[in-house]
Amino acid sequence: MRLLDWIDARFPASKLWNEHLAEYYAPKNFNFWYFFGSLALVILILQIVTGIFLTMHYKPDTALAFASVEYIMRDVNWGWLIRYLHSTGASAFFVVVYLHMFRGLLYGSYKQPRELVWIFGMLIYVALMAEAFMGYLLPWGQMSFWGAQVIISLFGAIPYVGEGLALWIRGDFVVADATLNRFFAFHVIAVPLVLLGLVVAHIIALHEVGSNNPDGVEIKKLKNDQGIPVDGIAFHPYYSVKDLVGVIVFLFIFSIILFYMPEMGGWFLEKDNFIPADPLKTPEHIVPLWYFTPFYAILRAVPDKLFGVLAMGGAIVVLFLLPWLDRSPVKSIRYRGPLFKTALTLFTISFFALGYLGTQPATGLYTLMAQIFSVIYFSFFLFMPFYTAIDKDKPVPDRVT
Amino acid sequence: MKLIVGFLLYLIAFTSSYSYAASGKMQLDTVDIDLSDKASLQRGAKIFMNYCLSCHSAAYMRYNRMGKDLGLSDAQVEESLMFASDKVGDTMTVAMRPKDAKKWFGVVPPDLSVISRARGTDWLYTYLRGYYLDTQKILGTNNVVFKDVGMPHVLWQEQGYVRKDSNNQLHALAGDQTTVSEYNMMVRDLVNFLAYIGEPSKIQRLALGKWVLLYLALFFFVAYPLKKAFWEDVH
Repeated sequence: MRLLDWIDARFPASKLWNEHLAEYYAPKNFNFWYFFGSLALVILILQIVTGIFLTMHYKPDTALAFASVEYIMRDVNWGWLIRYLHSTGASAFFVVVYLHMFRGLLYGSYKQPRELVWIFGMLIYVALMAEAFMGYLLPWGQMSFWGAQVIISLFGAIPYVGEGLALWIRGDFVVADATLNRFFAFHVIAVPLVLLGLVVAHIIALHEVGSNNPDGVEIKKLKNDQGIPVDGIAFHPYYSVKDLVGVIVFLFIFSIILFYMPEMGGWFLEKDNFIPADPLKTPEHIVPLWYFTPFYAILRAVPDKLFGVLAMGGAIVVLFLLPWLDRSPVKSIRYRGPLFKTALTLFTISFFALGYLGTQPATGLYTLMAQIFSVIYFSFFLFMPFYTAIDKDKPVPDRVT
Repeated sequence: MKLIVGFLLYLIAFTSSYSYAASGKMQLDTVDIDLSDKASLQRGAKIFMNYCLSCHSAAYMRYNRMGKDLGLSDAQVEESLMFASDKVGDTMTVAMRPKDAKKWFGVVPPDLSVISRARGTDWLYTYLRGYYLDTQKILGTNNVVFKDVGMPHVLWQEQGYVRKDSNNQLHALAGDQTTVSEYNMMVRDLVNFLAYIGEPSKIQRLALGKWVLLYLALFFFVAYPLKKAFWEDVH
């Protein structure tokens, strides 16, 4: 171990290892919901590694982009595997991140003292949406083009500066070569750098305050004579071996999709995206990727374009405010009263319903339903300070169960 | 809770019938795609080279890759399937200039490399069997799934004449060339081939998948007992 001593005298290798793994004490009662943090990290690494290999063969040029993706699928050794890992990974990332965020809602992980953990997490989510949106333009299929066209034109709704702003983002009057080239730059380097920085901040903030758990009990309140929380266990090896099992189960499901249904019935790879982008031919239905559809439904539920854009943005902004909207002294759903449980149930239902409605044409009944569910979505946040304050919470135990 | 679930089920049932009525799409026939059926793929390749690959390209597909996957040597490919290029490593391009194509057909015939993934194989199968006589059209034919299509019925000599009755049903007129089922088989081979060129790596993908899953399953039976062993002292 003399080499390690030599390094430790110059770089805190052992210190970092101990602080974040071997002597980081996590509550011993993590359940199923606690797999998704480590899974998100696994997918982040997967996306970066496969992304690097894709950039070796992809060409960010409107005349070459579509063909270069097919070149990867056919002529590059294992190119099809790398591409499918990346495209399936994108959707898997959102599945895992949504479950990870929902865990936060269930067990009040955003509440004091973890407000910054939540804020950093939300920033990761926003960066991830930007990353996915810009990455989706790169194959230069019909949906890539028209999806980007629709979303960028939303900026045009902003009074006075809107049109100029949309033009500035595109670098052209329509989505074109300049747009593709800059989205490539953002997708492969700018946003990933931001994402990595935020992930580090998210984990540092978490390890500073310690992990929450399904009981919402602060394990640091009760320590033994060595200063170790009595309900805590070292992350490594306990959770490293446990998360390994989670990763294997995840990869099993991931592989079934990747090898046997990489298009996932058009949800992960859309049919229209196998037609090269054509600025003169609008597809019948322009549908964003599934992970954006709840917000797309909110956008279309509002008759006015500007207020629609504001509502869509607001739907994400309110999530940032959660730590201050929730006034209940109780964190975990296990000890919450009926009001919060009902509200969360309705919120979850409306999120799924909006996700479905975002994939359907915005006509008559669909629009009405999107309006109803949008109201429920916002009510969850708007009325939270009231219903959490008067809710009949149950007593929280001192120790984890 | 029961009320909420019931309401949701009602909504799902209601909206699904709503969207079905709103879409008004025609029913497509299903085609049986089998990429392991090399004889079918070879027959499909022959039809493709003879009938499609003079207006339509498949510019992402190479001849020698096709030969390898279909069990044909380079010499066989060059001799019996390569009419539009002279190097076996070439992709399947056509000589027709887009400008001329636009003048002749009103539209540039799309590249067919990934058409099976854009349209779906059922659509292609129904479309290629959906031509009927229509005196209103310059080309003399129309199509039930692709109204007023710019493409003439290239396979008419194989299928014979078809007429549409007032119920939108198609009827073959005294087919002396081939029978209906023979034509269906032929189109199936062609669509099978189009499905193949849409994603040639699918053959490797399906072959590799089961080994990856087997590996992960074995890994699980190592990792899970390991977790159990470590967690024995946690209460």
